[in-house]
Amino acid sequence: MSRSARSCAIAGTFVLAFTGLATADAVKLGRPALPEEIKAWDIDVRPDGLGLPEGKGSVAQGEELFQNNCAACHGEFGEGVGRWPVLAGGQGTLKSERPEKTIGSFWPDTSTVFDYVHRAMPFGAAQTLQPDEVYAIVAYLLYLNDVVPDDYVLSKENFPTVALPNRPNFYDDDRETTEKAFWNAAPCMKDCKSAVEITSHAAVLDVTPDAGKEGDKPAGAVE
Amino acid sequence: MTQTKSGSPVDRRRFLTLAGLAGAGAAAGVRPAAAEATPDPDIVNLPPWTQALGAGVNNHPYGIPSPFEKDVVRREVTWLTASSESSVSFTPLYALDGIITPNGLCFVRHHGGEAEIDPARHRFMIHGLVDKPLVFTMEDIKRMPGRTNRVYFLECAANSGMEWRGAQLNGCQYTHGMIHNVVYTGVPLRAFLEAAGVKPRGKWVLAEGADASAMTRSIPLEKAMDDCLVAWAMNGEALRPEQGYPLRLVVPGWEGNMWIKWLRRIEVGDQPWGQREETSKYTDLLADGRSRRFTFIMDAKSVVTSPSPQAPLIAKGPNVVSGVAWSGRGTITRVDVSLDGGKNWTTARIEGPALPRAMTRFYLDVDWNGEELLLQSRAMDDTGYLQPTKAELRAVRGVNSIYHNNGIQTWLVRSNGEAENVEVS
Repeated sequence: MSRSARSCAIAGTFVLAFTGLATADAVKLGRPALPEEIKAWDIDVRPDGLGLPEGKGSVAQGEELFQNNCAACHGEFGEGVGRWPVLAGGQGTLKSERPEKTIGSFWPDTSTVFDYVHRAMPFGAAQTLQPDEVYAIVAYLLYLNDVVPDDYVLSKENFPTVALPNRPNFYDDDRETTEKAFWNAAPCMKDCKSAVEITSHAAVLDVTPDAGKEGDKPAGAVE
Repeated sequence: MTQTKSGSPVDRRRFLTLAGLAGAGAAAGVRPAAAEATPDPDIVNLPPWTQALGAGVNNHPYGIPSPFEKDVVRREVTWLTASSESSVSFTPLYALDGIITPNGLCFVRHHGGEAEIDPARHRFMIHGLVDKPLVFTMEDIKRMPGRTNRVYFLECAANSGMEWRGAQLNGCQYTHGMIHNVVYTGVPLRAFLEAAGVKPRGKWVLAEGADASAMTRSIPLEKAMDDCLVAWAMNGEALRPEQGYPLRLVVPGWEGNMWIKWLRRIEVGDQPWGQREETSKYTDLLADGRSRRFTFIMDAKSVVTSPSPQAPLIAKGPNVVSGVAWSGRGTITRVDVSLDGGKNWTTARIEGPALPRAMTRFYLDVDWNGEELLLQSRAMDDTGYLQPTKAELRAVRGVNSIYHNNGIQTWLVRSNGEAENVEVS
């Protein structure tokens, strides 16, 4: 603070009565969120079923809804059209060269299907489906993945009892133990290997945009 | 900032002269270094820009790059995704220098297209396991105490994801371009959480966007209270719409998918929410068929941006090998460069700020004799983590994990200066 500014501050004590330093522990900003406002946005559903709305829907109802709202991208049986996501099948492929990661083969939690369809689907018309419709579509998807029989009715009450088969195969990040060897503060600098052979050329596949041609499209990394 | 003078002793010590002699004739495409014998017309003839007046000061009220830089743009790989609204456009790393990514070139990843939001109608809500659920307007947010400026990289967890099975795309824009690095202006998320009062049972937060995917991710409360920011500006101006205008979450060092754009809601809970983007996506499928989840941290990584397939060498003699390095675990302390596919390494020069969880620039000044190079870089951070080779990564993870590919990149630089994405033994 300059000398003149400091003397101004000392002289003008009435200013200090109005202007002090704001601190983070005394924030006076924002206003209480109303219950209706929280309800409007808080649509997330957890694996334990917390957040599920009242409602129910059958596999048969779901099949009709799926054909009308979802099949154009995901295929009649969840097999996927073009590059749109495959939703069914793929069991037993996770160790293969081309894993097919579907609801039945990969997803750990049924709740994720409900939550995601409810919040983001149909693509381009998000949050237009009613809870009963979402229950029905999820029931159909579970049926397509052989998780429930064709006469199943999914509801808030029976929801958390439906487990997906790949659930046990997820575990928390363990890189700091399983990849401990990557911590190496004194790496080799000279004569680190005897021979260097080129093992792979991008030009062989040549899928780079603007490269003049598009060859066999490889597995996409963006899903 | 320390500037290294060209030709200083430090420079000369690091100036690498390659073994072997240059060939008698210059290879095709490589300009001879010899001086021109005839006068340069660009010097002796008066060019129009020196004679006639140029455009006025407000020709572009919002400035744009020179038309000669028109190729320096984001690019997408159209076969990668089913629709442009749920896709990615890559940062042209090959053409950039320094550490800051220009706002208009920051890579873009959407899941439901670019939301166009009137800031006057944007709200930010904190609720869940808190004492006082709160709603903030953008005006409120910009009046919050504790405003801060921080430089951080944002890397998509799927950056280099197309390269798990082998070299596939020719250009660091595509192999490494799902990253950007800007200075954010915002307020610590902690300030909002403290204002609402997190209940003792609170252990996780769910962040949600206002876009058509209503993007969500679960984040441990510990991280939310540590260094996460609620940001409204990047590189000194309002967030670009494609980066989440008017508000985004900044989650330093962690996978870009968690940096929720168009941020509208933070819910506090006692366990994670198992959202699509943390279960069916952004989990790492390993060779044994099991999958790692919550692999939030982006490990140390680097890439040589020039030369690279989109930025060939054009002349023998002095050349600058330039690249970037970053680590979600901390600060880049060292980058080594190899010209022979990893047999021998030379420590490169880190130039400019080396900030925690930020992109760091490195250079190696070389004297190229025209022989083929197998160019690599490997980064080390202040935890002692050393960027692994692709073979080392695959030995632990297999090739199906899509995410977190931070293996060492190799560019084959041919004697004509052209570069190709390759892998080596």
